[in-house]
Amino acid sequence: MCAIVFAFLAASGARHLEFSNDYRIFFSKENPQLLAFEHLQNVYTKSDNVLFAISPANGDVFTPDTLEAIRWLTEASWQIPYSIRVDSVTNFQHTYAEADDLVVEDLVPDPSSLDADELEKIRGIATTEPLLVNRLIAPDSRTTGVNVTVQLPGVNPEKEVPEVVAFSRNLATRLLEQYPELEVHLTGVVLLNNAFSEMALSDMKTLVPIMFAVIVLVLLLLLRSLAATFATLLVIILSIITAMGLAGWLGIHITPPMASAPTMIMTLAVANSVHFLVTFLQKVRGGESQRDAMLESLRINLQPIMITSLTTAIGFMSMNFSDAPPFRDLGNVVAIGVVASFLYSMALLPALMLLLPVRHRSGPGRSAPIMDALANLVVERRKSVLLFMAVLVTGLISFVPRNELNDEFVKYFDERVPFRVDTDYVTDHLTGLYSISYSLGAGEPGGISEPAYLRKLDEFANWYREQPEVKHVSTLSDTMKRLNKNLHGDDPAWYRLPDQRELAAQYLLLYEMSLPYGLDLNNQINIDKSATKLDVSLGSLSSNQTIALEARAQQWLEANAPASMQAHGASPAVMFSHIGKRNIHSMLVGTTVALVLISFVLIFALRSVRIGLISIIPNLVPAGMAFGLWGLLVGQVGLALSIVTGMTLGIVVDDTVHFLSKYLRARREEGLSSPDAVRYAFHTVGTALWTTSAVLMAGFLVLVYSPFELNSGMGLLTAITIGFALLADFLLLPTLLMALDKGESDEKTVHTDPSGSVV
Amino acid sequence: MKKLCILILLGLSFNATAQTPEEKGLEIANEADRRDTGFHDSTASMRMLLRNRQGEESTRDIRVRTLEVENDGDKSLTIFDSPADVKGTAFLSFTHKSGPDDQWLYLPALKRVKRISSRNKSGPFMGSEFAYEDLSSQEVEKYTYKYLRDESYDGADCYVIERDPVDKYSGYTRQVVWVDKAEYRPLKIVYYDRKNSLLKTLIFTDYRQFLDRYWRSHDMFMENHQTGKSTRLTWSNYIFKTGLTERDFDRNSLKRVR
Repeated sequence: MCAIVFAFLAASGARHLEFSNDYRIFFSKENPQLLAFEHLQNVYTKSDNVLFAISPANGDVFTPDTLEAIRWLTEASWQIPYSIRVDSVTNFQHTYAEADDLVVEDLVPDPSSLDADELEKIRGIATTEPLLVNRLIAPDSRTTGVNVTVQLPGVNPEKEVPEVVAFSRNLATRLLEQYPELEVHLTGVVLLNNAFSEMALSDMKTLVPIMFAVIVLVLLLLLRSLAATFATLLVIILSIITAMGLAGWLGIHITPPMASAPTMIMTLAVANSVHFLVTFLQKVRGGESQRDAMLESLRINLQPIMITSLTTAIGFMSMNFSDAPPFRDLGNVVAIGVVASFLYSMALLPALMLLLPVRHRSGPGRSAPIMDALANLVVERRKSVLLFMAVLVTGLISFVPRNELNDEFVKYFDERVPFRVDTDYVTDHLTGLYSISYSLGAGEPGGISEPAYLRKLDEFANWYREQPEVKHVSTLSDTMKRLNKNLHGDDPAWYRLPDQRELAAQYLLLYEMSLPYGLDLNNQINIDKSATKLDVSLGSLSSNQTIALEARAQQWLEANAPASMQAHGASPAVMFSHIGKRNIHSMLVGTTVALVLISFVLIFALRSVRIGLISIIPNLVPAGMAFGLWGLLVGQVGLALSIVTGMTLGIVVDDTVHFLSKYLRARREEGLSSPDAVRYAFHTVGTALWTTSAVLMAGFLVLVYSPFELNSGMGLLTAITIGFALLADFLLLPTLLMALDKGESDEKTVHTDPSGSVV
Repeated sequence: MKKLCILILLGLSFNATAQTPEEKGLEIANEADRRDTGFHDSTASMRMLLRNRQGEESTRDIRVRTLEVENDGDKSLTIFDSPADVKGTAFLSFTHKSGPDDQWLYLPALKRVKRISSRNKSGPFMGSEFAYEDLSSQEVEKYTYKYLRDESYDGADCYVIERDPVDKYSGYTRQVVWVDKAEYRPLKIVYYDRKNSLLKTLIFTDYRQFLDRYWRSHDMFMENHQTGKSTRLTWSNYIFKTGLTERDFDRNSLKRVR
């Protein structure tokens, strides 16, 4: 009763749970790339955006109809909540000379009145304007964009992002109603943010029910008892609501990684319950009373389950070392769930099993002929098995370096996710969502008008344009050249940088005073005009390519630019490019701490330093083997996979604990030799080990169905690791024990009796 | 019950004689305008202090000469003194009661006067949080008005009125203005952007009176709530009736300004 009351108290915290929709949550507050990017956004203007990509069916943007559609969308986009700027080909501030005046006006003020000549003229301007081409217009005129800059107040992010997305999607629908021959794709940072929360929600909606189905099936097969299945489900549900409820009380937000917490808790809770129930049901079916069976099961299982719960919790808590807060939250919530499931399965489950009817089906206790055969194989061929495992382990581990770090945030979403589909389309047909921005200093207030600075800015932009990865570069130097031409009667010979500082400064003043609402230069120039922002749009790049490109840019700046212009590139793409590496470094520490703690727990629990130390090997190699296999088959690791080692450590240890506790019991209580103790361990826990491993693998494999790559990759690699852990515990641990544990019982007879009658 | 009846009767009689909110708003605007006419001309200096979300600051210094024009908007000449790169640049504008304003800029480096396409008056003035339309002569005809309520602001009894720009190229859907009842001076203006979201707040302080009649705020603080940027205008050296004439406000005068 007490347990249920506690569960409901905790669960009431769930109303505080909110879905987070900001990609920045993946970065800790002290992350240097995040700080650099936030600084950039504070100096200039935030660059969160919604990008509409529009492709007309006839393959040409420059028709009165399509341009009118763009004009309508441009106008309507000013109504998008929190929008502060809208850019498109129609409202592009075209400048030209008229007599002695500078005219600054919309490139396409009134599309419906345009004749063929005027359309061609507009096409000519748009497709040669460096600010537009490959950013808002494709060179082939097939696709154009309307880019909306959004400044989210951040007061209530749970509402703001969906509000912007809903409004934008509605605009797209209204556009298509009026112009059905258009194709519209929506992307941008706001859509990315929204995809994160939509992903978390869909994961919770689809994966959790699948997981429930899997678990009910597994439990029925394993326990063959409706009552026990029901009781286990109750423990699982209480564990989840306790953990998620406490998460709510702690103010944790639901992120896509957090969305996998219920699945993980379910999986781990099953493992706890199964160990207790298997023993209990065996005893009951063997004819004992429910009460005796319960007491016996508690006696046998309490300590190992407590230890395994503890080690599992430690493993998950090692995720606190992660540089990405969502994984810290995931680790803590799962750790809470594991502890809760331990308490419920030890307190509630026995009580329930006394109340519920259990059929005393008499029948032969399950023997384990396969396990016995395996035990004999391992014992008799111990040298070959050890050699085989040594070769397999070293072989697989040698492939670990084949893994390449990669965190491409667009590819966090698989092709089932509309955001991914739309973004891929935009990358193929218009411009890239990945970018790098630089704040390039001129050394003094007003210095951006200095001809030497502008020349260097132009050279840097041109250098970037020559790089194959680059789609578009936006720089003030292009605007300066255009103004110089305009103010010299549109003479193309004057399309060059002004050669006097005052001239450039005064052009800029004139131009700024001519710009309309929302289309100013504040997003490009800082307030004392001592620096400008240069934006580079990139195609689809891996983390390594992004880092390499930025490194080349740094080399160029070092070799060619003055000290004031030395600046590192900042952007979400740069942030994600570094997060894998940062996270691996921080998780190395976390995993080591977890390993030390877990080893202490094992040494203490097993009351043997030597056995405790031996156990480290089968606890560590599974992750190595899994990463090796991953390197062989996939070859790309990122943020999510960097936490798998720490996380699985706590789980794989369970198998070792169960195996060793039985092995040591045989050695100490029965006084058996090392090989016989191995046989005993196989016979008693072999079945339980492979079944719980199967449950765990099934549980983590459910995550593979997530369209969110961080979750599916994490699930798959964890399942592989658990599989290898079983292999290591069956083949490596016993052979190691027989090789290294030649202690006090060696003088005893070495049984080779295949029946394994030591039970 | 009796009291209630009287209250209702009072309310009815008030309603019967009261103007519509539109009429009352316009009346307040007209009264404010009336109180500020007849100064003929003025000169003043102004310092702009720009600040971004990061806390970085930058200043600009300008001088403003204004000439009152009967039956039309004022003429004004703005001379840029700093930053040094734009020193000597001069900006001439003729505000009109209806139709777009006329604007010219003289660029000393080019030695040319350039006309500015006047549709675009909603962009930031010198990179500040003030748009040209916030700083230009506030002619009554540029807005439609609606009285909202009486309210005390900063210790002063105020009329709160809403004014909607007539010009479709304005950056705002509406502005809410707090005008003090005693002197009809704007104390606060709240600006709403094209999607009717809160955009900026302008606060006028340090009002000083000239010629026993004309009030001028010497401290105007504009805060942009969306971008976190702000601009403070500090005025000084107000002089009225300096003897400026039309000739000081024509295109040719731009090249001569010191």
